[in-house]
Amino acid sequence: MNEDRLHAYIDGQISEAERLEIEAELSRDPEAAARVNDYQRQNEALHSLLDPILDQPHALGIGARRRIRWQRWGGLAAAIAVGFIGGYLARGDLDLLDGPELDPIARQAMLAHAAYVPEVRHPVEVGASEEQHLLAWLSKRLSTPLRAPSLVDAGYRLLGGRLLPPTNASDPAPMALLMYENTGGHRLSLLIKRESTNSETAFRYAVDRGTCVFYWIDGPLGYALAGDMDREELQRVARLVYKQLNP
Amino acid sequence: MGLGFSAADAERWIPRLRRYAFALTGTREGADDLTQDTLERAWRKRALWRPDSDLRAWLFTVMHNVFVNGVRAARPVESLDDERFGVDSGQAQTAANAAESQLALAEIRTAFGRLSNEHREVLSLVGVEQMSYAEAAAVLEVPIGTVMSRLARAREQLRRLLSPEGSAAATPALRRVK
Repeated sequence: MNEDRLHAYIDGQISEAERLEIEAELSRDPEAAARVNDYQRQNEALHSLLDPILDQPHALGIGARRRIRWQRWGGLAAAIAVGFIGGYLARGDLDLLDGPELDPIARQAMLAHAAYVPEVRHPVEVGASEEQHLLAWLSKRLSTPLRAPSLVDAGYRLLGGRLLPPTNASDPAPMALLMYENTGGHRLSLLIKRESTNSETAFRYAVDRGTCVFYWIDGPLGYALAGDMDREELQRVARLVYKQLNP
Repeated sequence: MGLGFSAADAERWIPRLRRYAFALTGTREGADDLTQDTLERAWRKRALWRPDSDLRAWLFTVMHNVFVNGVRAARPVESLDDERFGVDSGQAQTAANAAESQLALAEIRTAFGRLSNEHREVLSLVGVEQMSYAEAAAVLEVPIGTVMSRLARAREQLRRLLSPEGSAAATPALRRVK
């Protein structure tokens, strides 16, 4: 059978008369019929491979360049990016960031990580060259003394930090974000937040699209260490953070 | 006349453009980047769109060009490894619940990822997007005859990769797109 006609038949790009003609030919040509069947199943398989993305949330659009980062850096950010950009910034609707799946501090850490880690030029507000000033400032804003753990043993140096706005109306204190970087340019972020309860918890863990977070409460402060790495690797750094803060 | 099409007219095609971009790049991040680049380029060049022509085909043409130029500029070298065409767990569950269809999905993912860019393009436009050969030829900026011969080769190649011998011979090696 003519190759072009066979494909035109599969793709429905022929007249009704031709279709009947080709079907008659196929009934006499099992080899061609088997190929047609295979090719048709390819199309079905491709739909099952590619179609799921049709319904996935996205933040794309004309003039949406800045929103892409949100999407790239985690499903959490992607899922709420539209709500966040459209709602939170515009209406100040802080509750949009609350969700049932993640503890608030883990969520906040992922959001901050997603927003600031990809920044090439402005990952931090105050650089590590002004570490003392940075910590004095953040300590003042969080109303509690902060320290920046040294992660040199894990290969990460302090890049700097920034103040984060509260993301929850019921917990209106600002938060601090410290960022670290290794020689490969890989970044970790450590979110520090004032806790109302003076308690201690074990390490807890959350993951969303490649971003892992270890978080815990240690006295008046809650910590959440976020990184795009696997659980064991991040856990090692989290232990180091804890050790550094509790020498 | 004005500008021909509105931002909303173009954005209506985002899901379809994104699906095509996913077929081309193999990752969701790549798909989103390509789609966004395409939307921006289309918007900048919107004066070039002829109001009597099909906006979808024109947007796909823009995407094709953005993609080809990106590959030519040897932007990120995509490795055709098993990460490509990966779906996240939630999606995989809805897309393919039964173990059997999971397996089929894994097979098509690997096989499709091994095709050349040209073959993935033509299969997506004709087989998935269901464009006519003439439309696909316009998008790819090649003659219709080229679309048809490429399509025939792409289907045969995919068939070979999906056959028991093809998938057995297929080692999960990393291959590079030129």
